[in-house]
Amino acid sequence: MEVGLTHLLFVSTALFFIGVFGFLTRRNMITMLMSIELILNSVNINFIAFNKYLYGGNLDGVFFTLFLIAIAAAEAAVAIAIIINLYRSHSSIDIENADEMKF
Amino acid sequence: MFFLIAAFTLITALMSVTEKKIFRAAIYLLFSMMGVAGIYFWLNYDFIAAVQIIVYVGGIVVLIIFSIFLTQQVGRAMEKPKRLRVSFSLLAVLFAFAFCFIIIWQNEFTNVEESSVELTANTIGEQLLSLTGHGYILPFEVVSMLLLAAMVGCIVIALKQVPVTVLKKEKQNSTLS
Repeated sequence: MEVGLTHLLFVSTALFFIGVFGFLTRRNMITMLMSIELILNSVNINFIAFNKYLYGGNLDGVFFTLFLIAIAAAEAAVAIAIIINLYRSHSSIDIENADEMKF
Repeated sequence: MFFLIAAFTLITALMSVTEKKIFRAAIYLLFSMMGVAGIYFWLNYDFIAAVQIIVYVGGIVVLIIFSIFLTQQVGRAMEKPKRLRVSFSLLAVLFAFAFCFIIIWQNEFTNVEESSVELTANTIGEQLLSLTGHGYILPFEVVSMLLLAAMVGCIVIALKQVPVTVLKKEKQNSTLS
Protein backbone atom coordinates (compact mmCIF):
# COMPACT_ATOMS: atom_id res chain seq x y z
CA MET A 1 0.00 0.00 0.00
CA GLU A 2 1.34 3.37 -1.06
CA VAL A 3 1.80 5.75 1.85
CA GLY A 4 0.61 9.20 0.88
CA LEU A 5 -0.01 12.56 2.42
CA THR A 6 -3.35 11.45 3.86
CA HIS A 7 -1.75 8.79 6.04
CA LEU A 8 0.70 11.29 7.50
CA LEU A 9 -2.14 13.73 8.14
CA PHE A 10 -4.04 10.93 9.88
CA VAL A 11 -1.11 10.36 12.23
CA SER A 12 -0.71 14.04 13.02
CA THR A 13 -4.45 14.56 13.58
CA ALA A 14 -4.62 11.56 15.90
CA LEU A 15 -1.58 12.78 17.84
CA PHE A 16 -3.12 16.25 18.15
CA PHE A 17 -6.38 14.95 19.56
CA ILE A 18 -4.60 12.55 21.92
CA GLY A 19 -2.83 15.64 23.27
CA VAL A 20 -6.12 17.52 23.57
CA PHE A 21 -7.67 14.59 25.42
CA GLY A 22 -4.78 14.55 27.89
CA PHE A 23 -5.06 18.30 28.34
CA LEU A 24 -8.76 18.05 29.15
CA THR A 25 -8.61 15.11 31.54
CA ARG A 26 -5.38 15.64 33.47
CA ARG A 27 -5.33 17.90 36.50
CA ASN A 28 -1.60 17.83 37.17
CA MET A 29 0.43 20.67 35.66
CA ILE A 30 3.38 18.57 34.52
CA THR A 31 1.18 16.07 32.70
CA MET A 32 -0.71 18.96 31.08
CA LEU A 33 2.65 20.29 29.88
CA MET A 34 3.38 16.85 28.40
CA SER A 35 0.08 16.96 26.50
CA ILE A 36 1.05 20.37 25.07
CA GLU A 37 4.33 18.86 23.85
CA LEU A 38 2.35 16.16 22.02
CA ILE A 39 0.19 18.82 20.34
CA LEU A 40 3.25 20.80 19.19
CA ASN A 41 4.79 17.61 17.81
CA SER A 42 1.71 16.90 15.72
CA VAL A 43 1.99 20.40 14.21
CA ASN A 44 5.63 19.68 13.33
CA ILE A 45 4.62 16.48 11.53
CA ASN A 46 2.06 18.48 9.55
CA PHE A 47 4.63 21.04 8.40
CA ILE A 48 7.11 18.35 7.36
CA ALA A 49 4.47 16.32 5.51
CA PHE A 50 3.20 19.30 3.51
CA ASN A 51 6.75 20.36 2.71
CA LYS A 52 7.61 16.88 1.48
CA TYR A 53 4.53 16.13 -0.61
CA LEU A 54 3.22 19.47 -1.88
CA TYR A 55 6.18 21.87 -2.02
CA GLY A 56 9.08 19.60 -2.80
CA GLY A 57 11.29 22.35 -4.21
CA ASN A 58 11.21 24.56 -1.13
CA LEU A 59 12.49 24.30 2.40
CA ASP A 60 10.01 26.57 4.16
CA GLY A 61 8.32 23.80 6.16
CA VAL A 62 11.70 22.71 7.48
CA PHE A 63 12.40 26.20 8.80
CA PHE A 64 9.01 26.49 10.40
CA THR A 65 9.63 23.16 12.13
CA LEU A 66 13.02 24.30 13.38
CA PHE A 67 11.57 27.53 14.80
CA LEU A 68 8.70 25.62 16.38
CA ILE A 69 11.11 23.25 18.10
CA ALA A 70 13.06 26.23 19.50
CA ILE A 71 9.87 27.92 20.72
CA ALA A 72 8.65 24.67 22.29
CA ALA A 73 11.92 24.36 24.20
CA ALA A 74 11.62 27.94 25.51
CA GLU A 75 7.99 27.37 26.44
CA ALA A 76 8.77 24.16 28.35
CA ALA A 77 11.57 25.86 30.27
CA VAL A 78 9.41 28.82 31.32
CA ALA A 79 6.49 26.54 32.23
CA ILE A 80 8.68 24.37 34.43
CA ALA A 81 10.12 27.45 36.17
CA ILE A 82 6.56 28.61 36.92
CA ILE A 83 5.57 25.13 38.14
CA ILE A 84 8.54 24.91 40.50
CA ASN A 85 7.82 28.38 41.87
CA LEU A 86 4.17 27.44 42.40
CA TYR A 87 5.23 24.25 44.18
CA ARG A 88 7.34 26.34 46.57
CA SER A 89 4.43 28.54 47.56
CA HIS A 90 1.57 25.99 47.49
CA SER A 91 3.48 22.67 47.91
CA SER A 92 1.18 21.16 45.28
CA ILE A 93 1.00 21.36 41.50
CA ASP A 94 -2.61 20.32 41.13
CA ILE A 95 -4.45 22.82 38.98
CA GLU A 96 -7.43 22.92 41.36
CA ASN A 97 -5.30 24.26 44.22
CA ALA A 98 -4.05 27.28 42.30
CA ASP A 99 -7.23 29.36 42.30
CA GLU A 100 -6.17 32.59 44.04
CA MET A 101 -6.58 34.62 40.88
CA LYS A 102 -10.16 33.46 40.31
CA PHE A 103 -12.30 36.61 40.40
CA MET B 1 7.44 0.18 7.97
CA PHE B 2 5.58 3.49 8.16
CA PHE B 3 2.54 1.84 9.73
CA LEU B 4 4.73 0.25 12.39
CA ILE B 5 6.31 3.58 13.35
CA ALA B 6 2.94 5.37 13.31
CA ALA B 7 1.27 2.73 15.47
CA PHE B 8 4.18 2.84 17.93
CA THR B 9 3.97 6.63 18.17
CA LEU B 10 0.21 6.75 18.66
CA ILE B 11 0.05 3.89 21.18
CA THR B 12 2.83 5.32 23.35
CA ALA B 13 1.23 8.78 23.16
CA LEU B 14 -2.10 7.33 24.27
CA MET B 15 -0.45 5.50 27.17
CA SER B 16 1.36 8.69 28.11
CA VAL B 17 -1.90 10.60 28.57
CA THR B 18 -3.74 7.78 30.37
CA GLU B 19 -1.01 6.33 32.61
CA LYS B 20 -1.63 6.62 36.35
CA LYS B 21 1.98 6.99 37.49
CA ILE B 22 3.51 10.27 36.41
CA PHE B 23 7.06 8.98 35.95
CA ARG B 24 5.87 6.23 33.60
CA ALA B 25 3.87 8.82 31.67
CA ALA B 26 7.07 10.79 31.12
CA ILE B 27 8.88 7.67 29.88
CA TYR B 28 6.04 6.91 27.45
CA LEU B 29 6.25 10.51 26.23
CA LEU B 30 9.96 9.92 25.54
CA PHE B 31 9.14 6.87 23.40
CA SER B 32 6.46 8.82 21.55
CA MET B 33 9.00 11.53 20.69
CA MET B 34 11.35 8.84 19.43
CA GLY B 35 8.51 7.58 17.22
CA VAL B 36 8.02 11.06 15.75
CA ALA B 37 11.76 11.21 15.03
CA GLY B 38 11.35 7.82 13.33
CA ILE B 39 8.67 9.31 11.06
CA TYR B 40 11.10 12.09 10.09
CA PHE B 41 13.78 9.50 9.35
CA TRP B 42 11.30 7.57 7.23
CA LEU B 43 10.60 10.75 5.23
CA ASN B 44 14.36 11.26 4.66
CA TYR B 45 14.47 14.44 6.73
CA ASP B 46 17.54 13.36 8.65
CA PHE B 47 18.49 16.78 10.00
CA ILE B 48 15.04 17.43 11.47
CA ALA B 49 15.02 13.96 13.01
CA ALA B 50 18.39 14.61 14.64
CA VAL B 51 17.19 17.97 15.99
CA GLN B 52 14.01 16.29 17.26
CA ILE B 53 15.99 13.66 19.17
CA ILE B 54 18.45 16.21 20.59
CA VAL B 55 15.93 18.84 21.68
CA TYR B 56 12.87 16.81 22.63
CA VAL B 57 14.28 13.52 23.88
CA GLY B 58 17.53 14.90 25.24
CA GLY B 59 16.24 18.24 26.45
CA ILE B 60 12.56 18.67 27.15
CA VAL B 61 11.72 15.17 28.41
CA VAL B 62 14.78 15.15 30.68
CA LEU B 63 13.72 18.58 32.00
CA ILE B 64 10.21 17.22 32.67
CA ILE B 65 11.64 14.19 34.50
CA PHE B 66 13.79 16.48 36.67
CA SER B 67 10.81 18.62 37.57
CA ILE B 68 8.86 15.46 38.45
CA PHE B 69 11.66 14.52 40.83
CA LEU B 70 11.56 17.99 42.37
CA THR B 71 7.81 18.21 42.89
CA GLN B 72 6.28 14.73 43.29
CA GLN B 73 6.53 11.48 45.14
CA VAL B 74 7.43 9.35 42.17
CA GLY B 75 5.93 6.01 43.08
CA ARG B 76 2.52 7.31 44.11
CA ALA B 77 -0.31 7.00 41.63
CA MET B 78 -2.16 10.17 40.67
CA GLU B 79 -5.80 10.42 41.61
CA LYS B 80 -8.26 9.29 38.98
CA PRO B 81 -9.93 12.00 36.90
CA LYS B 82 -13.69 12.23 37.31
CA ARG B 83 -15.60 9.81 35.13
CA LEU B 84 -17.94 12.52 33.86
CA ARG B 85 -15.03 14.67 32.73
CA VAL B 86 -13.34 11.72 31.01
CA SER B 87 -16.45 10.68 29.12
CA PHE B 88 -17.27 14.20 27.96
CA SER B 89 -13.74 14.98 26.83
CA LEU B 90 -13.56 11.61 25.05
CA LEU B 91 -16.79 12.44 23.25
CA ALA B 92 -15.57 15.91 22.25
CA VAL B 93 -12.21 14.61 21.07
CA LEU B 94 -13.74 11.79 19.02
CA PHE B 95 -16.21 14.11 17.31
CA ALA B 96 -13.53 16.67 16.53
CA PHE B 97 -11.21 13.97 15.20
CA ALA B 98 -13.92 12.52 12.96
CA PHE B 99 -14.79 16.00 11.67
CA CYS B 100 -11.19 16.91 10.84
CA PHE B 101 -10.40 13.57 9.31
CA ILE B 102 -13.47 13.54 7.05
CA ILE B 103 -12.37 16.91 5.69
CA ILE B 104 -8.85 15.61 5.07
CA TRP B 105 -10.15 12.40 3.52
CA GLN B 106 -12.41 14.17 1.03
CA ASN B 107 -9.85 16.75 0.03
CA GLU B 108 -8.01 16.04 -3.22
CA PHE B 109 -4.45 17.25 -2.96
CA THR B 110 -3.33 18.70 -6.27
CA ASN B 111 0.19 19.26 -7.58
CA VAL B 112 1.65 16.45 -5.51
CA GLU B 113 5.36 16.31 -6.19
CA GLU B 114 8.16 14.47 -4.48
CA SER B 115 10.91 16.47 -2.86
CA SER B 116 13.67 17.36 -5.30
CA VAL B 117 15.99 19.41 -3.07
CA GLU B 118 18.93 17.60 -1.56
CA LEU B 119 18.28 18.14 2.14
CA THR B 120 21.63 18.42 3.85
CA ALA B 121 22.71 20.54 6.78
CA ASN B 122 24.63 22.62 4.23
CA THR B 123 21.62 23.72 2.19
CA ILE B 124 19.53 24.30 5.32
CA GLY B 125 22.22 26.48 6.85
CA GLU B 126 22.79 28.49 3.69
CA GLN B 127 19.13 29.27 3.18
CA LEU B 128 18.55 29.92 6.89
CA LEU B 129 21.23 32.60 6.99
CA SER B 130 20.82 34.15 3.54
CA LEU B 131 19.58 37.74 3.21
CA THR B 132 18.03 37.44 -0.25
CA GLY B 133 15.07 35.57 -1.70
CA HIS B 134 13.80 32.91 0.65
CA GLY B 135 16.26 33.68 3.41
CA TYR B 136 15.16 33.31 7.02
CA ILE B 137 17.70 35.50 8.79
CA LEU B 138 15.17 37.80 10.50
CA PRO B 139 13.09 35.02 12.18
CA PHE B 140 16.38 33.39 13.14
CA GLU B 141 17.46 36.51 15.01
CA VAL B 142 14.02 36.92 16.58
CA VAL B 143 14.10 33.32 17.83
CA SER B 144 17.54 33.82 19.31
CA MET B 145 16.27 36.88 21.18
CA LEU B 146 13.27 34.83 22.35
CA LEU B 147 15.54 32.10 23.70
CA LEU B 148 17.64 34.68 25.56
CA ALA B 149 14.49 36.26 27.04
CA ALA B 150 13.19 32.81 28.08
CA MET B 151 16.50 32.02 29.77
CA VAL B 152 16.53 35.28 31.76
CA GLY B 153 12.85 34.87 32.59
CA CYS B 154 13.36 31.33 33.90
CA ILE B 155 16.17 32.48 36.19
CA VAL B 156 14.08 35.39 37.51
CA ILE B 157 10.95 33.26 38.06
CA ALA B 158 12.65 30.31 39.73
CA LEU B 159 14.94 32.47 41.86
CA LYS B 160 14.50 32.03 45.56
CA GLN B 161 12.67 35.08 46.86
CA VAL B 162 14.68 37.00 49.46
CA PRO B 163 12.41 38.12 52.31
CA VAL B 164 11.92 41.88 52.58
CA THR B 165 13.26 42.18 56.14
CA VAL B 166 16.59 40.67 55.11
CA LEU B 167 16.86 43.19 52.30
CA LYS B 168 16.18 46.08 54.69
CA LYS B 169 18.79 44.83 57.13
CA GLU B 170 21.36 44.56 54.37
CA LYS B 171 20.62 48.12 53.32
CA GLN B 172 21.07 49.37 56.87
CA ASN B 173 24.35 47.50 57.18
CA SER B 174 25.66 48.99 53.97
CA THR B 175 24.71 52.53 55.03
CA LEU B 176 26.30 52.05 58.45
CA SER B 177 29.60 50.77 57.12
